Amino acid sequence: MNNTLAILASGEASPGEVVQATGTFDLIAVLIAIPVAGAVILLLAGRRSNRWGHWLGTAAVLSSFVVACVLFLALLAEPEDARTINQHLWDWIDVGTFQAPFALQLDPLSMVFALLITGVGSLIHIYSISYMDHDPERRKFFAYLNLFIAAMLLLVLANNYLLLYVGWEGVGLASYLLIGFWFHKPSAATAAKKAFVVNRVGDFGLSLAIMMMFATLGTFTFEGVNATVGEANSTTVTWIGLALLLAACGKSAQFPLQSWLLDAMEGPTPVSALIHAATMVTAGVYLIVRSAEIFNLSETARIAVVLVGTITLLMGAIIGSAKDDIKKGLAGSTMSQIGYMFLAAGLGPVGYVFAIFHLLTHGIFKALLFLGAGSVMHGMDDEVNMRRYGALRTSMMITWAVFGVGYLAIIGIPPFAGFFSKDEIIHAAWVEHPVAGVAALLGAGVTGFYMTRMMAMTFYGKARWDDGAHPHESSPWMTGPMIVLALGAVLAGFMMLYVGNIEQWLAPVVGYQEAEGGISTNLLIAMTLGVVVVGVVIGWRQYAMREVPEIAPIQVSAATVAARHDLYGDQVNEALFERPGQHLTRTLVWTDNKIVDGAVNGTAAGIGGLSARMRRWQSGYVRSYALTMLLGVVVLVAVLALGSLL
Amino acid sequence: MSNEFYLVALMALPILGGLLVSVLPKGSAGLAKQVALGISLLVLALGVMAGLAYESGSAEPFQLVAAWDWIPAWGVEFALGVDGISLVLILMTVILVPVCILAGWADADGTSGTVRGYFAWILILEGLVLGVFAATDVFLFYVLFEAMLIPMYFLIGRYGGAQRQYAAVKFFLYSLLGGLLMLAALVGLYVLSIDQYGAGTFDYAALVGMEIDADIQKWLFLGFFIAFAIKAPMWPLHTWLPDAAAEAPPSSSVLLVGVLDKVGTFGMLRLCLPMFPDASKYFAPGIIILALVGIVYGALVAIGQTDLKRLIAYTSVSHFGFIVLGIFAMTSQGQSGSTLYMVNHGFSIAALFLLVGFMATRRGSRMVADFGGVQSVAPVMAGLFLIAGLSSLALPGLSSFVSEFLVLAGTYTRYPWAAIIATLGIILAAIYILWMYQRTMTGPVRAGVAGMKDLGGREVLAIAPVLAIIIAMGFFPNPVLDIINPSVDQTMTVVGSTDPVPAIAESGR
Repeated sequence: MNNTLAILASGEASPGEVVQATGTFDLIAVLIAIPVAGAVILLLAGRRSNRWGHWLGTAAVLSSFVVACVLFLALLAEPEDARTINQHLWDWIDVGTFQAPFALQLDPLSMVFALLITGVGSLIHIYSISYMDHDPERRKFFAYLNLFIAAMLLLVLANNYLLLYVGWEGVGLASYLLIGFWFHKPSAATAAKKAFVVNRVGDFGLSLAIMMMFATLGTFTFEGVNATVGEANSTTVTWIGLALLLAACGKSAQFPLQSWLLDAMEGPTPVSALIHAATMVTAGVYLIVRSAEIFNLSETARIAVVLVGTITLLMGAIIGSAKDDIKKGLAGSTMSQIGYMFLAAGLGPVGYVFAIFHLLTHGIFKALLFLGAGSVMHGMDDEVNMRRYGALRTSMMITWAVFGVGYLAIIGIPPFAGFFSKDEIIHAAWVEHPVAGVAALLGAGVTGFYMTRMMAMTFYGKARWDDGAHPHESSPWMTGPMIVLALGAVLAGFMMLYVGNIEQWLAPVVGYQEAEGGISTNLLIAMTLGVVVVGVVIGWRQYAMREVPEIAPIQVSAATVAARHDLYGDQVNEALFERPGQHLTRTLVWTDNKIVDGAVNGTAAGIGGLSARMRRWQSGYVRSYALTMLLGVVVLVAVLALGSLL
Repeated sequence: MSNEFYLVALMALPILGGLLVSVLPKGSAGLAKQVALGISLLVLALGVMAGLAYESGSAEPFQLVAAWDWIPAWGVEFALGVDGISLVLILMTVILVPVCILAGWADADGTSGTVRGYFAWILILEGLVLGVFAATDVFLFYVLFEAMLIPMYFLIGRYGGAQRQYAAVKFFLYSLLGGLLMLAALVGLYVLSIDQYGAGTFDYAALVGMEIDADIQKWLFLGFFIAFAIKAPMWPLHTWLPDAAAEAPPSSSVLLVGVLDKVGTFGMLRLCLPMFPDASKYFAPGIIILALVGIVYGALVAIGQTDLKRLIAYTSVSHFGFIVLGIFAMTSQGQSGSTLYMVNHGFSIAALFLLVGFMATRRGSRMVADFGGVQSVAPVMAGLFLIAGLSSLALPGLSSFVSEFLVLAGTYTRYPWAAIIATLGIILAAIYILWMYQRTMTGPVRAGVAGMKDLGGREVLAIAPVLAIIIAMGFFPNPVLDIINPSVDQTMTVVGSTDPVPAIAESGR
C-alpha cells in the first residue's frame, strides 16, 4: 500500500495503437468459428453422429489449437507496441450512442488464454474419447465441450464488455449443460441449476458494470473505457470496479458466491478438469485483469479484490482439507488457488501479471490433477471416496507418477510450475498487504497438508477397496494427455518466467511494476518452503503413517465439521435467501390469488352443491370483478400520483 | 401492387379468409386446417412484401399510407399507415399466425366448438390485430381494439380448458372496462379537436399536433393508459391473464399473450406518449414504479406456480414490466429496446406456450408435478424447451438479451435506481425457468411420462423457425433495429425528450 501511487505512476499499461486485423490475423474469427461449427454439426446430427462425433469434436478443438499457435507466432513477430489487433466482424447492436460491435481483440493477454483454452482443451477432448467411451450420449458430450470452447474463446477475444458477456454466459450455459450431463440424477440437475443461478447473481454485477460504463463513459469497448475512465468521477469508478468484482466472484466461485463449485463436481470429470479447474472458473481473474485501468483508479475496489481473494484462498484450503471425495477436495483447492489469483490481481500493477501467470500454471497442473482423479475413478468403478482408495501406487503407476508431478507443482516445490507462480504472488502480497501476505503463506502450508492427505489416502497406506474392485491403469488415450500435462507441470513455470518473460509479454496490456522492498526474496522462499514442509509432514504422519478409517470419524473438532460442511456456505444461503425467498413467493402467490384477484373464486368453491355454486358465481361475477378492477385502478392511480411527486 | 393497398390487403385477406374457412362444409376439418394455413402463409408473404416496400431511411413518419372516408359526419377516416414500430409488430404477427396454426393443428379437435370455427376465428383475429397496428385514425384504432376481443373471447370460451367460460368472461370484462375508459378519453379528445380545428377529427397526426392543457392531458392520458395497462397487462391489473392464458388452447395463448397484449404496450408508445407528452412525463416515475413491481412480482409469483401455463403467463407479467419500463424511461435505447422486446417476447412466448401445449396434450395435465424425466424419453422436445426457456431468461446470444439489455441500459441513463431493481429480474428469471426445466425435464422418468412420444415432424416444423429467429436475431439484431430506430427518434422528438449525455461529457461542458 505504501508505494501504490508511485507504482501507478510508472506501471501503467502502454498498449500502443489498436491495429486492425489483416493477413494472418484474419484467422482470429476462425479460432472461434471452428468449435462453433463442431457443436452445431454434432447437435443437429444427433444420434447419426454417434460413431464419429467424438472424432469431429476433438478434431475441431485441435484445429483451433493449431490456429492459436499460428496466431501466437504472428503476434510474436509484431513489435511490442503493435500487438493489440482488432477484428471488426459486424455492427452488432446500434441504438443512438449505444454501439456494440461484434469485434474481436487479440493481444498478449487474450493470446495466452487462447493457447491455454485450446491446448488444455485439446488434451481433455482426447482424454474424454476414452473416459466417456461407455456413455451412450458421448457425441452430445463432445458437442457441449465444443460449445464451451467456442464460448470461452469469445469471452477472452471480445473487444468489448457486452460481447464478453455473451461468452461469459455462454460458458455458463455450457457449464450448466455439462454439470447436468447425467440429468437423470436429481443431484446433478440440482447442481447444474444452482451453478447457473449463483452465476446469475454475479451477472447482475456484470450487467450493472456495463450500464454504468455506458451511462458514464458512453462506451463499453476496452479501448474506449481505457481511454476515458480516467475522466470519470472516482466514486463511479469504484462502483464499476465493485460490480465487476461481483461478476468475477460468481464465475470464479469466490466468497461469497463460492457455494456452487463443490456441487459442480457432479459433472463428468473431464468437465471438472476443463471448465471447473483450468479455464472457466478463472474467467473472473481475466475480467479483473482485463479491467486493470479501472482497478488502477480505485484503491477501494482493489482492496475489496484482495479481501475476497484472501478469504477464499483460506476457505478453499480449509474445505479441501476435510473432504473425502477426491473431486471435492480438488474443487476446494481450485477455490483456494483462484483466491491466490484474486489476491494478486487486487495488488494492482505489481500483481496483474502474476495473477495471469499463476492462472496459466494452475490451468495446467490442476487439469492434470483432475484428469488423474478421473483416471483413478475409472480404475475404481467410479468410486470417489478416498477412504475407499489406498495403495493404488502399484496398480496405477502412470497415474501415480503424473498425479505426483501435479502434487509437487501445486504445493510449490521447485522447480515445478506452481513454485514460481505462487511464490511471486506471496512475495508481492507480502510487500503490498502484509496481512494478506501472511494469509497467503499460511494457505501454502494448508495446501501442502491437504494435497499430501489426498496423495497419501489415494496412493499410499493400506488398500481399503471393496473386494469387487479391480484397480487398473487407464488406456493410453487417457494417460497420454496426462503425461503431456505432467511435462507442462514440470516445465511451464520456469519456461514462462525465464524463457518467455511473461511479465514483459503481458506488461503492454495490463501494466507491470516490480514489487520492491519489505523482505528479501530468498528469505520469503525459504519461509514458504518451510511452511509447506510442515503441512506436508503433518499430512503424511496423519494419513500415510497411520491407518485411515474407512468411515469418516464422527468425533472430530468443530473446525473439521465446519470444513466438511463447506464452512456452512449452503446453510447461510438457505437461511438468508432460500427460505425467506420461498416464504415470500408463497405469500405472493397467495396474495395474488386471494387478494389481488378478489376473494370471489375461493368463497364460491366452499359453498354447497354445484348448481348453487354456479348460480353464485354467475351473480357474484360482474360485481366482484368490477370491485377488484376498481381496486386495481385505484392502486394504479395512487402509485402514479405518488410517483409524480418523486 | 400499389403501396396504398398493402395494409388494407393485410387486414382484408385474413378476415375474408376466416369467413371462407367458417363456411366450409361440415366434416371438413382437415380441409379447414389446410386452407387456414394456406391463407396465413399468403398473409405472411404479403407482410414480407410490405416490409420490403417500406423504406426505413425515409423522412416520412408513416408509409404505405391509405385513407378512405368512413364516417364523414364525425371526421372518421379508414386510415392506415405504418412506421418502423408498427411494421416490426406486423411482421411478428404474420410470422406467428402460421406457426400457431401449424402447432395448433389439433387444438380444436374434441372441443365443444367446430374445427373450422377455431381457425376462422384465428384468421379474423389476425386481420383485426394487423388493423390495430396499422391504424392511423384513432377512432379506427379504438374500434379494432374492441373488436379483437370478440374472436379472442370465442377462442378461449369455446375451445379452452375446464375453466374456459370463467376465464373468457373475466378476460372480456377486464378488457371492456379498459375500453370504456379509452372511449371516454377519446370523446374528450374529439371535443378538444373541435375546439382547435373547428371540425372534429380522429386523425392521428392532427391529434398529436394539438395543444392540450396540462390538467386535461392528465385525465385523457389516464383513460388511454389504463386501457393499455389492462391489455399489457400491468400490475395490479394483470390477474385476468393467468386464467385466460392457462385456459386458452396453446395456440390461442400465444396469440393472446404474444400478439394481442402487445397492442397495450404498442398503444402506450403510439398514442399515450405523442398525444400527451406532458402527462406522460408527469406520470413516468409512477409508471416506472408499477413496471418494477410487475417485473419483480411477476417473477416471484411465477416461481411459486404449480401449473406450467400459469407459470409462463406470470413470466410475461414480468416481461411486460420490462417493456413498459423501457417505454417510459424516455430514452432511445429504452424505447427501441422495448419495441424489440415486444417482438422478441412474441417469439419466445410462442415457443414456450406451444411446447408446454405439446407436453400437456401428451401427459393430459399441465401440472409441473406430473412431469419429470421428460428429457430421457423426449430429448428433442426437451432441447427445444430449453432453448425457449433460455430465450425467456434472456441468455446473451439470443434475441431477448439484446432487447432486455437495451431496456436496462436505456433506463439506467435516466433512472439508475430503477435499472438496478429491474436487473434483479435476471436472477429471478434464471430461477423460474431453470427450476421449471429441472422439475419437468430432468431426474428419473416418472410413471405418467414413460411412454411419452418425442416431437413429430409437424411440431418441429412449427417451433424450429421461431427458435431460428430467436438465435439469428441474437447475433444480428441490427436489421430490425434499423427499422425501429428512426421511428423511436420520431417519437422522442414529438415527446420532446433527448437522451442523457454520458457523465464525463456532461462534466466536460
